[in-house]
Amino acid sequence: MTSSQAVQVSGVSRTFGGRKGASVTALESVDLTVAPGEFVSLIGPSGCGKSTLLRLIADLDTPTSGELSVFGKPARQARVDQDYGIAFQQAGLLPWKTVTGNIELPLALHGAGRSERKGRVKELLELIGLADFAGHYPDQLSGGMQQRVAIARALAESPKLLLMDEPFGALDEMTRERMQNELVRICAETQAAVVFVTHSIPEAVFLSDRVVVMSPRPGRITDVIDVSLGGPAERDDSLREDEAFFRAVAKVREALHGVPVTGARGVDSR
Amino acid sequence: MSTTTATIPERALARGSAYRTILAPILLGAAMLALWQGAVDGFGIEQYIVPTPSDIWHEISGNAGSIVDGSASTGLNALVGLVVGALVGILGAIVAGVWRIFDTIVAPLVAALAVMPIVALAPVLYTMYGADKETARQIVAAVAVIVPVYINTLRGLRQVRPVHRDLMRVYAASARQQQLAVTLPTAAPYVFTGLRVASSLAVISALIAEYFGGPIGGLGKSITSSAASSNYALAWAYVFGAIVLGLVFYCAALAVEMFFTRHRSTP
Repeated sequence: MTSSQAVQVSGVSRTFGGRKGASVTALESVDLTVAPGEFVSLIGPSGCGKSTLLRLIADLDTPTSGELSVFGKPARQARVDQDYGIAFQQAGLLPWKTVTGNIELPLALHGAGRSERKGRVKELLELIGLADFAGHYPDQLSGGMQQRVAIARALAESPKLLLMDEPFGALDEMTRERMQNELVRICAETQAAVVFVTHSIPEAVFLSDRVVVMSPRPGRITDVIDVSLGGPAERDDSLREDEAFFRAVAKVREALHGVPVTGARGVDSR
Repeated sequence: MSTTTATIPERALARGSAYRTILAPILLGAAMLALWQGAVDGFGIEQYIVPTPSDIWHEISGNAGSIVDGSASTGLNALVGLVVGALVGILGAIVAGVWRIFDTIVAPLVAALAVMPIVALAPVLYTMYGADKETARQIVAAVAVIVPVYINTLRGLRQVRPVHRDLMRVYAASARQQQLAVTLPTAAPYVFTGLRVASSLAVISALIAEYFGGPIGGLGKSITSSAASSNYALAWAYVFGAIVLGLVFYCAALAVEMFFTRHRSTP
């Protein structure tokens, strides 16, 4: 196991014990490596274990068998050392705290000083484009804004790894694409590796260097597709209409459905 | 009470319909007073059965000082009881929230307290703490307050959202940090709902406890002594004082609750 990898998963399985001995295999012998600075999406139908895999990496759950390391450390140690930031499908902001209070929450919990927190929050607010909303409460923000605050919170301690569990899943399509554009920019600025769970094919293709395709019952990785549609500078809205983008979307779709997509009919952006 | 959020009466939050929320009840009240006055005068009902509103108002204005003093005395007992009972209820709920075994142990006690008419304790407490002390009344009020505050707070402590729990684990937060950062703030609206319910109970309990003995001066004692000396309009005047006192407590608790829950509508 090399410490140079951001995430190293080898032969990991997770079985949930059901009642009366019935058990569900959420993940079966999964191998995955994420390099530093790499953007990897996990895609697959519901129940394929993509969220479970993310929770295992985050040490919110422990594997039944197999090895899992984050920056060469056991997942637990990486969590305690705050080596990653995380964002969930629900923004999960604390409704009684302002935007500032929410973003600086991890910093405050880990004993950062007042002036350090203030400076960092200011940077992050600029990064997510919500500088004018520092004193607002979550209930005064739109869903997209809340999610941006959650991402800023995940980035607060400048982690080299970002774990994202369908962070844009609850957003409308327009907001979603704008958030994707911003995420590309943020990742370029922070140089963080990202593990991104989604069930949107275009989203995975647009954002990722590699798309990991998973299938359910038992959850396992069926394919890994190199996308790499270019650096962050080239990833803008025009890419969404690019031939290479459509080809990659078709490829991921084929991998998901296990059948080749025929002719021009199969190619659309959704 | 709804299952997902702490409740503030809907009407208190409704906006725009000032006519319906303010004017209509006032008109109804005025109509009822007029009806009451007319009925007593018209049917020649004796004063000892029902005095007229004007008689009562006459006694209120004539004994304003005594009513205010009585309200202050009863109000202080209720307030002491509310504060002490709230502290016991909240701390107890926090302990029960952390150690489930404590919850299991005290559950029968809480159930017993909930069904017991607390004021029935008053005569016993007067004997224990002395009939010339206010202590018994304050204890009665406190005991009445503990149960709703305890139950509501404990409920609130258990409303922590899974995403917040995950977040605290991600941050490797200590148990204490978790309590302060997430658990207690999550419970806060429920605590205030408990306090709102308890605020009226505190006044009622402190007042009724006066019926069973103890020093004179409070509203409860004044109601019984006026009634005993056949001064029914004066008794009603003190009842009026009790209503106002109860409303003051309730509205203060509601205002505090609304202030602290103003950003809780959506996560």
